Amino acid sequence: MAVNPNDKSKMSVVEGSYASAHAAKVARPQVISAYPITPQTHIVEELSQFMADGDIPGCEYINVESEFSAISALIGASAAGARTYSATTSQGLFLMHEALFNASGMRLPIVMTVVNRAVGAPINIWNDQQDSIAQRDSGWIQIYAEDTQEAADMVLQAFKIAEDKSVLLPIMVCMDGFVLSHVYEPVVLMDQKEADEFLPPFKPDVYLDPKNPMSFGTLGDPSVYTEFRYSQEQAMKNALTVIEKAADDFKAVTGRYYGGLIEGYSLEDAEVVIVSFGSLLGTIKDVVDEYRANGEKIGVLKVRAFRPFPTEAIANALKNAKAVVVVEKDISIGRNEGALFTEIKAGLYNTPARTPIISYMVGHGGRDIRPSHIKEIIEATKKVAETGKIEVESQFNEVKEELL
Amino acid sequence: MKITPGAYCYPGTAMENKTGGWRTFMPVFDYNKCIRCAICEVACPDMCIHPDPATANDKGKCLYKADYDYCKGCGICANECPKDVITMTLEEK
Amino acid sequence: MSDNKPFNLLTAGHNGCAGCCDALAAKYVLMAVGPDCIIVNPTGCLEVMTTPFPRTAWNVPWIHSLFENGAAVASGVEAALIAMGRKGNTKIIGMGGDGSTMDIGIGALSGAFERNHDITYVCIDNEAYMNTGVQRSSGTPFGASTTTSPAGSKSYGNNTNKKDMPAIMVAHGSPYVATTSIGYANDMMKKVKKAADTVGSTYIHAHAPCPTGWGFDSSKTIEIAKLAVDCCLWPLYEIENGEVTSVKKIKDPKPVEEYLKSQSRFKHLFKMEGGDKEVEKIQQLADKNIAKYGLDK
Repeated sequence: MAVNPNDKSKMSVVEGSYASAHAAKVARPQVISAYPITPQTHIVEELSQFMADGDIPGCEYINVESEFSAISALIGASAAGARTYSATTSQGLFLMHEALFNASGMRLPIVMTVVNRAVGAPINIWNDQQDSIAQRDSGWIQIYAEDTQEAADMVLQAFKIAEDKSVLLPIMVCMDGFVLSHVYEPVVLMDQKEADEFLPPFKPDVYLDPKNPMSFGTLGDPSVYTEFRYSQEQAMKNALTVIEKAADDFKAVTGRYYGGLIEGYSLEDAEVVIVSFGSLLGTIKDVVDEYRANGEKIGVLKVRAFRPFPTEAIANALKNAKAVVVVEKDISIGRNEGALFTEIKAGLYNTPARTPIISYMVGHGGRDIRPSHIKEIIEATKKVAETGKIEVESQFNEVKEELL
Repeated sequence: MKITPGAYCYPGTAMENKTGGWRTFMPVFDYNKCIRCAICEVACPDMCIHPDPATANDKGKCLYKADYDYCKGCGICANECPKDVITMTLEEK
Repeated sequence: MSDNKPFNLLTAGHNGCAGCCDALAAKYVLMAVGPDCIIVNPTGCLEVMTTPFPRTAWNVPWIHSLFENGAAVASGVEAALIAMGRKGNTKIIGMGGDGSTMDIGIGALSGAFERNHDITYVCIDNEAYMNTGVQRSSGTPFGASTTTSPAGSKSYGNNTNKKDMPAIMVAHGSPYVATTSIGYANDMMKKVKKAADTVGSTYIHAHAPCPTGWGFDSSKTIEIAKLAVDCCLWPLYEIENGEVTSVKKIKDPKPVEEYLKSQSRFKHLFKMEGGDKEVEKIQQLADKNIAKYGLDK
């Protein structure tokens, strides 16, 4: 926990959704546009109540008729120069798919909380990470939060990162559905004064303005399109530094810090490293604490930024391990791997490290992941560290044979 | 030319694109018949018929000239002119 | 030479076809609204032909996002201006084709109008998806041949009627809805200005004959637009707060045949067996309009 547990006087016991909505409020958004979908609903409901009570001055809230219109309205609002916020999930995020690429290509610094939920079919409202992972090509920055405090604080950092002139890309703050959105925890609600100190007003260089009439969203033919994509990629590269800086600046103002692109936990001399992102890290860290108490050198690598993918940072963090296991709640059907594993593996391939790396895909559709599951995974990885041999590279951690 | 973030464009830059090369026929004006109604200016889809201020009469009404840098030779002006002032003529290049 | 060019809110140098109807529609909208506006333009001919990076024909602020979200983007622009205290008298004008307005974008349009954002939406109706090659839309009239509703040995072309968009927008409670034609420029400009000056979500449906898609000489765009009105297939009216408040009377309605014969998209009706029955059906559509709106009274 990045928050000093002795700061009890500063804490309130609130739902994760409330903490994120509160953070969005104090970020001084100017247009909010969202469509309800379980389990994001409490965020938009809290924001609606804030609006109804006049608690977000200088903000307009649009009750749109679909997620596609939600993100589209923010594209218009952001191009007009407003600071914009939305929240969505799963099917809603997918409905936005076309517009996600559009927002990134137009370099609009929209911030959106994605409450991670499984995607249909079969329809399923419980948590996994498939939804945001499936948007990884869209040109949005993606940061995964471990707990409700981080998810809320990331909203503030997200605006700072997105609006940085060397970045100007939209950003998703990902938080696990129900596990984080609906849980009640003590959190330090972001203080308005600290928010204002950390996050200055949004001042774009160019915006829709009759006094300076520019055309936005124009046609890029083959002679120029490549350079637009290249400059987006450069912006992502700049984000690698900007994400770290935003985390440092946030710590300077609030005292809270969650790591930048990645964070190591018991990592320094770890022989077996378990890599993951999102709320699963809570369970993983508890299990690893037990191993460490027994003197075993197990460590955790928390991935915070998935886009831009921190290739160098991850390769550096894993270079001394004897075996690595990636645990994630998604799958690319047809590849039998989750995206985090595929990308980490690819990132290590051309480095001198030849660390054996395996993966377990867990928790699809909200299936519970217990400490016992993590222990099994660590034991299997220990065997890989001992023998140097990989028997199964990637697998589901639990398949109920009796259902097949 | 440098790309801009998100591909925004500066206003009015389309005028760098001289579309006059598209046409086969060009509008030729016989001003003797012109009643200065401005229908040709309103009817032009390429914004290339303009009043000539040097020809303003005592009511301020002007004669109209085509901008041959842009005229695509569509012929709407000739078709709409109530006094047959304009004839679409094959252009000698 | 180029330094002394007169100033237009939509400039010359766009890539529209010779005789382009979309260019005329946009021109009249801008002449009516003036420079204090923001244009939201979904994907289509108008957008593609006016903004090939790095050049734009627009001298007003303009934004294109996607094909089906014009009205949603306009909603966001409006909300942003209000939130930032910058709205003033700035008119927010959505301008999309029949494809983006009546078909793929109708959801966003419905949402925007239900919320009554202070925007004006202009549908430039050239009766097919022109930019992608003249495929049929819900604006394609009965009997027209398009590339996805072509005339053939077993088909007289499109066999559905135009979707009544003005009625749909009136049903949303729009305070001002009007039909216009690029053939009647002064009427169109007057109505666009009225719509823009009316607070709330207002709708203009502009009939726009396309020389390329409909098959007629580029010089006839305005003439054929007038014909559509004069044969009563495209009545010009205003509906304010749900009531018809003005109708352009047509003293001697022309027979639809004259209109249909002027475009090659209907020529099959005059060549095929049974085509005359289809022409009769079209005449009945015009007669219905005459009765419904009292066009000849």
